[in-house]
Amino acid sequence: MVNPQMVMYEEEFNQIQNVVDRLVKDANAKVVFIVDKNGQLIAASGDVDNLDTTSLASLTAGNIAATGGMAKLLKENEFATQFHEGEKANIHIQLVGNRVILVVIFDSKSSLGLVRLRVRRASEELNNIFEALLKKVADPGADSPFAEITDEDIDNLFND
Amino acid sequence: MSFINYMAREINCKIVYYGPGLCGKTTNLQYIYERTNPDAKGKMISLATETDRTLFFDFLPLALGEIRGFKTRFHLYTVPGQVFYDASRKLILKGVDGVVFVADSQVERMEANEESVENLKTNLEEQGYKLEKIPYVIQYNKRDLPEVATVEELRQKLNPMNVPDYEGVARTGVGVFDTLKAVAKLVLTELRKGGP
Repeated sequence: MVNPQMVMYEEEFNQIQNVVDRLVKDANAKVVFIVDKNGQLIAASGDVDNLDTTSLASLTAGNIAATGGMAKLLKENEFATQFHEGEKANIHIQLVGNRVILVVIFDSKSSLGLVRLRVRRASEELNNIFEALLKKVADPGADSPFAEITDEDIDNLFND
Repeated sequence: MSFINYMAREINCKIVYYGPGLCGKTTNLQYIYERTNPDAKGKMISLATETDRTLFFDFLPLALGEIRGFKTRFHLYTVPGQVFYDASRKLILKGVDGVVFVADSQVERMEANEESVENLKTNLEEQGYKLEKIPYVIQYNKRDLPEVATVEELRQKLNPMNVPDYEGVARTGVGVFDTLKAVAKLVLTELRKGGP
Protein backbone atom coordinates (compact mmCIF):
# COMPACT_ATOMS: atom_id res chain seq x y z
CA MET A 1 0.00 0.00 0.00
CA VAL A 2 1.46 3.32 -1.05
CA ASN A 3 -0.54 5.59 1.18
CA PRO A 4 -2.92 4.62 3.90
CA GLN A 5 -6.46 5.52 2.96
CA MET A 6 -7.43 9.04 3.95
CA VAL A 7 -10.35 8.90 6.36
CA MET A 8 -11.92 11.73 8.32
CA TYR A 9 -13.92 11.17 11.52
CA GLU A 10 -16.15 13.60 13.34
CA GLU A 11 -13.83 14.02 16.33
CA GLU A 12 -10.76 14.94 14.29
CA PHE A 13 -12.80 16.97 11.85
CA ASN A 14 -14.05 19.17 14.69
CA GLN A 15 -10.52 19.63 16.01
CA ILE A 16 -9.29 20.61 12.53
CA GLN A 17 -12.22 22.93 12.00
CA ASN A 18 -11.41 24.64 15.30
CA VAL A 19 -7.84 25.24 14.19
CA VAL A 20 -8.83 26.74 10.84
CA ASP A 21 -11.63 28.85 12.39
CA ARG A 22 -9.16 30.28 14.86
CA LEU A 23 -6.53 30.86 12.20
CA VAL A 24 -8.96 32.97 10.16
CA LYS A 25 -9.36 35.26 13.17
CA ASP A 26 -5.78 35.21 14.45
CA ALA A 27 -4.26 35.90 11.05
CA ASN A 28 -6.94 38.37 9.94
CA ALA A 29 -7.40 36.16 6.91
CA LYS A 30 -10.23 36.08 4.40
CA VAL A 31 -10.21 32.34 3.90
CA VAL A 32 -8.33 29.38 5.32
CA PHE A 33 -8.59 25.89 3.94
CA ILE A 34 -6.91 22.52 4.20
CA VAL A 35 -6.41 20.17 1.29
CA ASP A 36 -4.78 16.77 1.14
CA LYS A 37 -1.92 16.28 -1.32
CA ASN A 38 -4.30 14.64 -3.77
CA GLY A 39 -6.46 17.72 -3.99
CA GLN A 40 -9.36 16.71 -1.74
CA LEU A 41 -10.72 19.53 0.37
CA ILE A 42 -10.66 18.62 4.07
CA ALA A 43 -11.86 21.77 5.85
CA ALA A 44 -12.46 25.44 5.10
CA SER A 45 -13.30 28.55 7.05
CA GLY A 46 -13.91 32.26 6.46
CA ASP A 47 -15.54 33.86 3.46
CA VAL A 48 -15.92 30.66 1.42
CA ASP A 49 -19.40 31.16 0.00
CA ASN A 50 -18.26 32.99 -3.10
CA LEU A 51 -15.25 30.80 -3.63
CA ASP A 52 -14.91 27.68 -5.76
CA THR A 53 -13.08 25.72 -3.08
CA THR A 54 -13.15 22.44 -5.01
CA SER A 55 -11.24 23.97 -7.92
CA LEU A 56 -8.90 25.84 -5.59
CA ALA A 57 -8.18 22.61 -3.72
CA SER A 58 -7.23 20.72 -6.88
CA LEU A 59 -5.07 23.57 -8.19
CA THR A 60 -3.33 23.94 -4.82
CA ALA A 61 -2.47 20.25 -4.83
CA GLY A 62 -1.23 20.55 -8.42
CA ASN A 63 0.88 23.50 -7.39
CA ILE A 64 2.40 21.65 -4.43
CA ALA A 65 2.99 18.59 -6.60
CA ALA A 66 4.80 20.68 -9.24
CA THR A 67 6.91 22.46 -6.62
CA GLY A 68 7.69 19.10 -5.02
CA GLY A 69 8.84 17.86 -8.43
CA MET A 70 11.17 20.84 -8.75
CA ALA A 71 12.48 20.25 -5.22
CA LYS A 72 13.32 16.67 -6.12
CA LEU A 73 15.30 17.80 -9.16
CA LEU A 74 17.29 20.16 -6.91
CA LYS A 75 17.82 17.36 -4.37
CA GLU A 76 15.71 19.24 -1.86
CA ASN A 77 13.19 17.36 0.24
CA GLU A 78 10.28 19.77 -0.27
CA PHE A 79 9.60 23.47 -0.60
CA ALA A 80 7.28 23.60 2.35
CA THR A 81 6.18 27.22 2.02
CA GLN A 82 4.91 29.22 -0.94
CA PHE A 83 3.66 32.75 -1.16
CA HIS A 84 1.81 34.35 -4.07
CA GLU A 85 1.29 38.08 -4.00
CA GLY A 86 -1.54 39.66 -5.98
CA GLU A 87 -2.86 43.20 -6.24
CA LYS A 88 -5.65 42.60 -3.74
CA ALA A 89 -5.40 39.03 -2.58
CA ASN A 90 -2.39 37.05 -1.43
CA ILE A 91 -2.06 33.32 -0.91
CA HIS A 92 0.18 31.64 1.63
CA ILE A 93 0.58 27.89 1.14
CA GLN A 94 2.16 25.69 3.79
CA LEU A 95 2.83 21.98 3.59
CA VAL A 96 2.01 20.38 6.96
CA GLY A 97 3.69 17.12 7.95
CA ASN A 98 4.31 16.40 4.26
CA ARG A 99 0.73 15.25 4.06
CA VAL A 100 -1.78 18.08 3.99
CA ILE A 101 -1.65 21.62 2.70
CA LEU A 102 -2.72 24.66 4.70
CA VAL A 103 -3.81 27.59 2.54
CA VAL A 104 -4.40 31.12 3.82
CA ILE A 105 -5.90 33.79 1.58
CA PHE A 106 -5.56 37.33 2.91
CA ASP A 107 -5.68 40.95 1.80
CA SER A 108 -4.27 44.27 3.02
CA LYS A 109 -6.02 43.86 6.39
CA SER A 110 -3.30 41.39 7.31
CA SER A 111 0.40 41.00 6.57
CA LEU A 112 2.73 38.24 5.48
CA GLY A 113 4.56 38.40 8.82
CA LEU A 114 1.40 37.88 10.84
CA VAL A 115 0.20 35.08 8.57
CA ARG A 116 3.54 33.27 8.79
CA LEU A 117 3.56 33.53 12.54
CA ARG A 118 0.03 32.20 12.97
CA VAL A 119 0.47 29.51 10.33
CA ARG A 120 3.48 28.16 12.20
CA ARG A 121 1.45 27.57 15.34
CA ALA A 122 -1.53 26.16 13.48
CA SER A 123 0.76 23.80 11.53
CA GLU A 124 2.04 22.22 14.71
CA GLU A 125 -1.47 21.64 15.99
CA LEU A 126 -2.64 20.25 12.68
CA ASN A 127 0.35 17.98 12.46
CA ASN A 128 -0.54 16.44 15.81
CA ILE A 129 -4.17 15.95 14.81
CA PHE A 130 -3.27 14.28 11.52
CA GLU A 131 -0.70 12.03 13.21
CA ALA A 132 -3.37 10.82 15.61
CA LEU A 133 -5.84 10.40 12.74
CA LEU A 134 -3.36 8.31 10.77
CA LYS A 135 -2.82 6.00 13.71
CA LYS A 136 -6.55 5.56 14.06
CA VAL A 137 -6.96 4.77 10.37
CA ALA A 138 -4.09 2.28 10.44
CA ASP A 139 -5.83 0.41 13.25
CA PRO A 140 -7.11 -2.86 11.74
CA GLY A 141 -10.24 -2.54 13.86
CA ALA A 142 -11.36 0.43 11.80
CA ASP A 143 -14.20 -0.72 9.57
CA SER A 144 -15.14 0.60 6.15
CA PRO A 145 -18.74 1.63 5.49
CA PHE A 146 -18.26 0.21 2.01
CA ALA A 147 -17.46 -3.33 3.03
CA GLU A 148 -21.17 -4.08 2.87
CA ILE A 149 -22.14 -2.48 -0.40
CA THR A 150 -23.61 -4.71 -3.06
CA ASP A 151 -23.38 -4.78 -6.84
CA GLU A 152 -26.93 -3.50 -6.81
CA ASP A 153 -25.94 -0.42 -4.78
CA ILE A 154 -23.26 0.34 -7.35
CA ASP A 155 -25.57 -0.28 -10.31
CA ASN A 156 -28.23 1.98 -8.80
CA LEU A 157 -25.82 4.90 -8.96
CA PHE A 158 -25.88 4.68 -12.71
CA ASN A 159 -29.58 4.32 -13.30
CA ASP A 160 -30.60 7.63 -14.74
CA MET B 1 -6.25 6.91 -2.66
CA SER B 2 -9.88 7.54 -1.94
CA PHE B 3 -10.87 9.88 0.85
CA ILE B 4 -13.74 8.87 3.14
CA ASN B 5 -15.18 11.77 5.10
CA TYR B 6 -17.50 10.53 7.85
CA MET B 7 -18.29 14.06 8.91
CA ALA B 8 -19.55 15.22 5.52
CA ARG B 9 -20.65 11.64 4.66
CA GLU B 10 -18.73 11.78 1.43
CA ILE B 11 -16.40 9.54 -0.45
CA ASN B 12 -13.99 11.11 -2.92
CA CYS B 13 -12.15 9.16 -5.62
CA LYS B 14 -9.61 10.18 -8.24
CA ILE B 15 -9.77 8.93 -11.82
CA VAL B 16 -7.03 9.73 -14.33
CA TYR B 17 -7.45 9.70 -18.12
CA TYR B 18 -4.17 8.63 -19.70
CA GLY B 19 -3.07 8.22 -23.31
CA PRO B 20 -0.87 9.57 -26.11
CA GLY B 21 -1.00 13.19 -27.29
CA LEU B 22 -4.20 14.19 -29.12
CA CYS B 23 -5.99 10.89 -28.36
CA GLY B 24 -9.03 12.68 -26.89
CA LYS B 25 -8.60 12.71 -23.11
CA THR B 26 -9.64 16.34 -22.75
CA THR B 27 -12.47 15.77 -25.26
CA ASN B 28 -13.82 12.97 -23.00
CA LEU B 29 -13.93 15.34 -20.04
CA GLN B 30 -15.45 18.14 -22.08
CA TYR B 31 -18.24 15.84 -23.25
CA ILE B 32 -18.93 14.67 -19.69
CA TYR B 33 -18.95 18.28 -18.54
CA GLU B 34 -21.42 19.35 -21.24
CA ARG B 35 -23.80 16.47 -20.60
CA THR B 36 -23.92 16.52 -16.81
CA ASN B 37 -26.54 18.34 -14.74
CA PRO B 38 -25.20 21.61 -13.32
CA ASP B 39 -25.90 20.45 -9.76
CA ALA B 40 -23.82 17.30 -10.24
CA LYS B 41 -20.67 18.96 -11.48
CA GLY B 42 -18.18 21.63 -10.51
CA LYS B 43 -16.22 23.88 -12.79
CA MET B 44 -13.97 22.23 -15.35
CA ILE B 45 -10.43 23.49 -15.18
CA SER B 46 -8.02 23.16 -18.09
CA LEU B 47 -4.41 24.13 -17.68
CA ALA B 48 -3.58 24.31 -21.37
CA THR B 49 -1.19 26.07 -23.73
CA GLU B 50 -2.33 28.83 -26.08
CA THR B 51 -2.88 26.20 -28.73
CA ASP B 52 -5.19 24.21 -26.44
CA ARG B 53 -2.75 21.43 -25.74
CA THR B 54 -2.93 20.22 -22.14
CA LEU B 55 0.01 21.67 -20.24
CA PHE B 56 -0.50 20.25 -16.77
CA PHE B 57 -3.97 18.74 -16.35
CA ASP B 58 -7.72 19.10 -16.83
CA PHE B 59 -9.87 18.69 -13.77
CA LEU B 60 -13.58 17.96 -13.47
CA PRO B 61 -15.34 17.20 -10.17
CA LEU B 62 -18.49 15.07 -10.52
CA ALA B 63 -21.09 13.92 -7.99
CA LEU B 64 -22.59 10.57 -8.93
CA GLY B 65 -25.20 10.11 -6.21
CA GLU B 66 -25.39 8.33 -2.89
CA ILE B 67 -24.40 4.87 -1.74
CA ARG B 68 -25.56 3.86 1.72
CA GLY B 69 -25.93 7.47 2.73
CA PHE B 70 -22.52 8.51 1.45
CA LYS B 71 -22.25 11.00 -1.41
CA THR B 72 -19.89 9.66 -4.06
CA ARG B 73 -17.68 12.25 -5.68
CA PHE B 74 -15.30 11.57 -8.49
CA HIS B 75 -12.46 13.87 -9.43
CA LEU B 76 -11.57 13.34 -13.08
CA TYR B 77 -8.12 14.36 -14.25
CA THR B 78 -6.35 14.13 -17.60
CA VAL B 79 -2.60 14.05 -18.05
CA PRO B 80 -0.75 15.98 -20.74
CA GLY B 81 -0.19 13.41 -23.50
CA GLN B 82 2.84 14.91 -25.19
CA VAL B 83 5.96 12.85 -24.55
CA PHE B 84 8.05 15.65 -23.04
CA TYR B 85 5.58 16.35 -20.24
CA ASP B 86 6.44 13.13 -18.45
CA ALA B 87 7.34 14.81 -15.15
CA SER B 88 3.83 16.29 -14.97
CA ARG B 89 2.20 12.96 -15.80
CA LYS B 90 3.93 11.33 -12.84
CA LEU B 91 2.60 13.98 -10.47
CA ILE B 92 -0.98 13.59 -11.63
CA LEU B 93 -0.92 9.83 -11.02
CA LYS B 94 -0.29 10.39 -7.31
CA GLY B 95 -3.18 9.10 -5.26
CA VAL B 96 -5.01 7.67 -8.28
CA ASP B 97 -7.94 5.29 -7.67
CA GLY B 98 -8.70 4.33 -11.27
CA VAL B 99 -7.23 4.81 -14.75
CA VAL B 100 -8.88 5.19 -18.15
CA PHE B 101 -6.54 4.63 -21.07
CA VAL B 102 -7.75 6.50 -24.13
CA ALA B 103 -6.23 4.94 -27.24
CA ASP B 104 -6.15 6.64 -30.64
CA SER B 105 -7.55 4.06 -33.07
CA GLN B 106 -5.75 5.45 -36.11
CA VAL B 107 -3.25 2.98 -37.58
CA GLU B 108 -0.50 5.59 -37.60
CA ARG B 109 -0.91 6.13 -33.82
CA MET B 110 -0.57 2.48 -32.82
CA GLU B 111 3.05 2.92 -31.80
CA ALA B 112 2.23 6.05 -29.79
CA ASN B 113 -0.49 4.08 -27.97
CA GLU B 114 1.89 1.28 -27.09
CA GLU B 115 4.53 3.72 -25.87
CA SER B 116 1.95 5.47 -23.74
CA VAL B 117 0.79 2.21 -22.08
CA GLU B 118 4.41 1.39 -21.27
CA ASN B 119 4.87 4.90 -19.89
CA LEU B 120 1.74 4.46 -17.76
CA LYS B 121 3.10 1.22 -16.30
CA THR B 122 6.48 2.78 -15.54
CA ASN B 123 5.01 5.88 -13.95
CA LEU B 124 2.56 3.87 -11.84
CA GLU B 125 5.36 1.64 -10.62
CA GLU B 126 7.33 4.71 -9.57
CA GLN B 127 4.39 5.60 -7.34
CA GLY B 128 4.27 2.06 -5.98
CA TYR B 129 1.23 0.93 -7.97
CA LYS B 130 0.83 -1.93 -10.41
CA LEU B 131 -1.40 -1.53 -13.44
CA GLU B 132 -2.69 -5.08 -12.93
CA LYS B 133 -3.86 -4.18 -9.42
CA ILE B 134 -5.76 -0.95 -9.99
CA PRO B 135 -9.17 -0.33 -11.58
CA TYR B 136 -8.37 0.09 -15.27
CA VAL B 137 -10.44 0.41 -18.46
CA ILE B 138 -9.59 1.20 -22.06
CA GLN B 139 -11.39 3.30 -24.66
CA TYR B 140 -10.56 2.88 -28.36
CA ASN B 141 -11.31 6.41 -29.47
CA LYS B 142 -11.81 8.03 -32.88
CA ARG B 143 -13.68 5.05 -34.34
CA ASP B 144 -15.31 7.42 -36.86
CA LEU B 145 -12.06 8.24 -38.64
CA PRO B 146 -10.80 6.50 -41.79
CA GLU B 147 -7.66 4.37 -41.52
CA VAL B 148 -8.37 2.99 -38.09
CA ALA B 149 -7.08 -0.32 -36.79
CA THR B 150 -9.67 -3.02 -36.09
CA VAL B 151 -10.81 -3.45 -32.51
CA GLU B 152 -9.24 -6.95 -32.54
CA GLU B 153 -5.85 -5.47 -33.44
CA LEU B 154 -6.14 -2.78 -30.78
CA ARG B 155 -7.18 -5.34 -28.20
CA GLN B 156 -4.31 -7.60 -29.06
CA LYS B 157 -1.73 -4.84 -28.74
CA LEU B 158 -3.15 -2.75 -25.91
CA ASN B 159 -5.33 -4.99 -23.81
CA PRO B 160 -3.46 -8.19 -22.93
CA MET B 161 -5.05 -8.20 -19.46
CA ASN B 162 -8.51 -8.20 -21.01
CA VAL B 163 -9.85 -5.31 -18.94
CA PRO B 164 -13.21 -3.73 -19.86
CA ASP B 165 -12.82 -1.87 -23.17
CA TYR B 166 -15.10 0.36 -25.21
CA GLU B 167 -15.22 1.84 -28.68
CA GLY B 168 -15.52 5.59 -28.60
CA VAL B 169 -16.01 8.76 -30.58
CA ALA B 170 -15.39 11.27 -27.82
CA ARG B 171 -16.19 14.25 -30.03
CA THR B 172 -19.82 13.11 -30.33
CA GLY B 173 -19.92 11.28 -27.02
CA VAL B 174 -19.99 7.68 -28.25
CA GLY B 175 -18.67 5.43 -25.48
CA VAL B 176 -17.75 8.31 -23.18
CA PHE B 177 -20.21 7.56 -20.39
CA ASP B 178 -19.84 3.79 -20.82
CA THR B 179 -16.14 4.21 -20.15
CA LEU B 180 -16.69 6.46 -17.15
CA LYS B 181 -19.31 4.16 -15.63
CA ALA B 182 -17.07 1.14 -16.08
CA VAL B 183 -14.12 2.69 -14.27
CA ALA B 184 -16.33 4.18 -11.54
CA LYS B 185 -17.85 0.75 -10.90
CA LEU B 186 -14.43 -0.86 -10.65
CA VAL B 187 -13.26 1.85 -8.23
CA LEU B 188 -16.31 1.37 -5.98
CA THR B 189 -15.93 -2.40 -6.11
CA GLU B 190 -12.29 -1.99 -5.06
CA LEU B 191 -13.42 0.19 -2.18
CA ARG B 192 -15.63 -2.62 -0.95
CA LYS B 193 -12.56 -4.83 -0.76
CA GLY B 194 -10.97 -2.34 1.60
CA GLY B 195 -9.39 0.22 -0.67
CA PRO B 196 -6.35 0.45 -2.87
